[in-house]
Amino acid sequence: MIHSPYIRRPTSVRGIMFNVLLALTPGIAIYAWQVGAGILVNLLIASVVAVIAEAVVMRLRGRPVGVAVSDLSAVVTAWLVVLCFPPIVPWWVTMIGVLIAIVAVKHLYGGLGQNPFNPAMVAYCALIIAYPALMSQWPPAGGLDFNTQLSLILGGAREIDAITGATALDAMRTGMRAADASISAVMQHDAFGVLGGRGWEWIAVGYVAGGLYLLFRGIITWHMPVAFIIALGGIAAVFWAVSPEQFASPLFHLASGGAMLAAFFIVTDPVSGATTPRGKLIFAAGVGLLAYLIRNFGAFPEGIAFAVLLMNMCVPLIDMKTQPPVFGQKNGGMR
Amino acid sequence: MRLFGFHGGVKPESHKSQSANVPIAPLPLPARLYVPLRPNTRAVAHCVVEPGQHVLKGQRIGDAEGVLGTAVHAPTSGIIADIADYPMAHPSGLTTRCVVIEPDGDDRWIERVPFDHRAVDRQTVLNHLRDSGIVGLGGAAFPSHIKLGAGSGIETLVLNGAECEPWITCDDRLMRERAEAIVDGAGILFELIGAKRILVGIEDNKPEAIDSMRSACRATSLPIEVIAVPTIYPAGGEKQLIRVLTGIEIPHGRLGGEFGVQCFNVGTAHAVHRAIRHGEPLVSRVITITGNVERPGNFEVAIGTPIEALLAHTSPRADTDRCILGGPMMGFALPDLRVPVVKGSNCIIAASPKLFPPPPPELPCIRCGACARACPADLQPFELYWFSRSRNFGKAQEYHLFDCIECGCCAYVCPSHIPLVDYYRFAKTEIWARERESEAASQARERFEFRNERQEREKAEKAAKLAAKAAETKAKLAQQAGQEVASDASANATGDDKKALIAAALARAKQQRSTVQPKNTDNLPQAAQAEIAEIEARRQAVGTQNPDAPERASPEDEAR
Repeated sequence: MIHSPYIRRPTSVRGIMFNVLLALTPGIAIYAWQVGAGILVNLLIASVVAVIAEAVVMRLRGRPVGVAVSDLSAVVTAWLVVLCFPPIVPWWVTMIGVLIAIVAVKHLYGGLGQNPFNPAMVAYCALIIAYPALMSQWPPAGGLDFNTQLSLILGGAREIDAITGATALDAMRTGMRAADASISAVMQHDAFGVLGGRGWEWIAVGYVAGGLYLLFRGIITWHMPVAFIIALGGIAAVFWAVSPEQFASPLFHLASGGAMLAAFFIVTDPVSGATTPRGKLIFAAGVGLLAYLIRNFGAFPEGIAFAVLLMNMCVPLIDMKTQPPVFGQKNGGMR
Repeated sequence: MRLFGFHGGVKPESHKSQSANVPIAPLPLPARLYVPLRPNTRAVAHCVVEPGQHVLKGQRIGDAEGVLGTAVHAPTSGIIADIADYPMAHPSGLTTRCVVIEPDGDDRWIERVPFDHRAVDRQTVLNHLRDSGIVGLGGAAFPSHIKLGAGSGIETLVLNGAECEPWITCDDRLMRERAEAIVDGAGILFELIGAKRILVGIEDNKPEAIDSMRSACRATSLPIEVIAVPTIYPAGGEKQLIRVLTGIEIPHGRLGGEFGVQCFNVGTAHAVHRAIRHGEPLVSRVITITGNVERPGNFEVAIGTPIEALLAHTSPRADTDRCILGGPMMGFALPDLRVPVVKGSNCIIAASPKLFPPPPPELPCIRCGACARACPADLQPFELYWFSRSRNFGKAQEYHLFDCIECGCCAYVCPSHIPLVDYYRFAKTEIWARERESEAASQARERFEFRNERQEREKAEKAAKLAAKAAETKAKLAQQAGQEVASDASANATGDDKKALIAAALARAKQQRSTVQPKNTDNLPQAAQAEIAEIEARRQAVGTQNPDAPERASPEDEAR
């Protein structure tokens, strides 16, 4: 027997996932335009692998396959995996990344809604440790034509130094290792654009546009992006204010690497993130702070993935300690 | 006036226009009325009529019983056909005792005498309301005289005309058509609780009702204000409306009276007006019949009218598959259409698969938090869902499961189509069942312990009695011996030689025992030995070391 409520708002998991995919398209379009259409090939490979993996695992688990495949959550995971990988990684790197995300991180923990870690971030961390060279080949904006990209993705010979430059974060990192280095000198490198990496900073703008759409549709709340941006920008501003020749500006940090993708699409993952309003602020701020520290003082140029996983571990505690007061208990608990 | 919001809430399509423009119409009496002798879920009325008896409209058929009891009256004149168990308007379909009345068609009232509530003391007025069967008409049917009895310190009387659930229009129509009566009833309630102001909260999707109530208010000198509140379900929840109008949040388990505010439904104010000004007990109410019917509308219905009789009057369409009592957010599908209309019934929606399609399959929760953003009780519904689902009821209670008002907002917005409220109902009933079980267990334990204690006590009493008897015999013997010793002295009789010998032997044995008894003080230094000897001597003097002293039979504190 069906009980009340008898009416429901027309909303669905598939609708949410579809909107997330839609919100990613401006960033992807600019990506393809600025860096090359190779990213689209990898997106396609990842989507197919993700859907097949999802179907096979659901089958093995004896769960309804059709419902799970049609909810589009696997495609969202696949796209996020690809967007945080370099666009010209070989197809099998993409495949391994997606399989780690879908099979190991999502389904081994119980499937949709059950994973304590962000699937795309685990995939990134696993592969940057397993294949540090392949995972660091970021082509400069407009540096490679589509045919070259395609042959690289499909397993062509790789002449690494000839085809890839450093990303802005890489250039910053290696540049600052020199004894007499200063930010202004390093920023002369042609990897840099106005704010962050040349070309890449425009992709970040695309992600922001998509993120604002998600905010407008009420699919994400303001807490996570705002806390992440303030935390990352804030700590960068402090270091920059103390020693502007040693540390890059906050704007550089926000416009580089995956900062904007993370702000609107990664930290906002509802499954592995904190859920209470205050918890969301703490979670996202923690990611921002840790990401900055790893970028500047850690072993990897981009620290967001590790920062997210570290904060994922804190989520149960954060949620437990930040439960909002219930109706009638707001003034310090009257009971 | 400044309004206060409440967290969350949803805006479902209202569907009110179907029935909102149909004036309240009387409904012809059915062949039989089934009047439950249960004015609310926590009280039963004591039946004062017999089968075969003729009753008049408004004649009392059930007396108020218990604290939460109110009287029950015949809704029309006729013959009592039966007093038996019939199904109730409850999701369980359980039965309750009903008085079955066959109307005689005259609909003849008892003698109705207006009640001058100013001429008598407060308690008399409250008793009159109780005996007029006045309960809250918003749905819970809570006895109004109890709410009014809360006493002094009430600042604000809130009149609830929000009617936030979709489809329902009975309060809307009542306010449009009988605003003066409502305002007059509100004035009586206002005097009874000694409030300083009346706030009438009406959702702003009912402009006609707001206008009508405002013009009725202009005709009185009461400090009454009609306030249009934003249309957000569940703004008509008592605690939500109080929050919107006054900013006061009443926590779970507390009553408005403790915070200086008391809330009544507009229908209740109307019923109070009828009971005081016209001496009419509550025997009918306005109910909306809508949904999948040809002629939706609002009807003045005698309490006890079977719902199938109501439906027949509005011609449900062919594909009607069930009927929902109440609104679509909090109502329930009736298990049986023969159940009678009761004082808390406000709406019947004929449902069809097209109108209320079955929910899509339940998917896993993705913790999106939509439910938390919609919850008017500021809960984290998905956490409650996880805990209820895993039967972690302790944790569910820790996360305030019982603060949930079951308004259905969370399930309404859930993208995974999880019937969240069902999980909470399940958890609540499981917790209640466990509480009852543990209560029963502790009662059984108490009984067992008491039985053990009683047996112990009886044993002790018996022993005491025996000891007393033994002492008595001993005393008698001693007395005899004394007499014999006395006679011995004079007569020097021979018969007691034996006894004397025994006594001498006993004395010897006793002395021997005391000397042979091992003492752990032998190796002590002389000073300590001396001290012990001194103590022993003192003890001997007091007589505490007497080993023959009878033990106390039973401690007094065991007596119960």
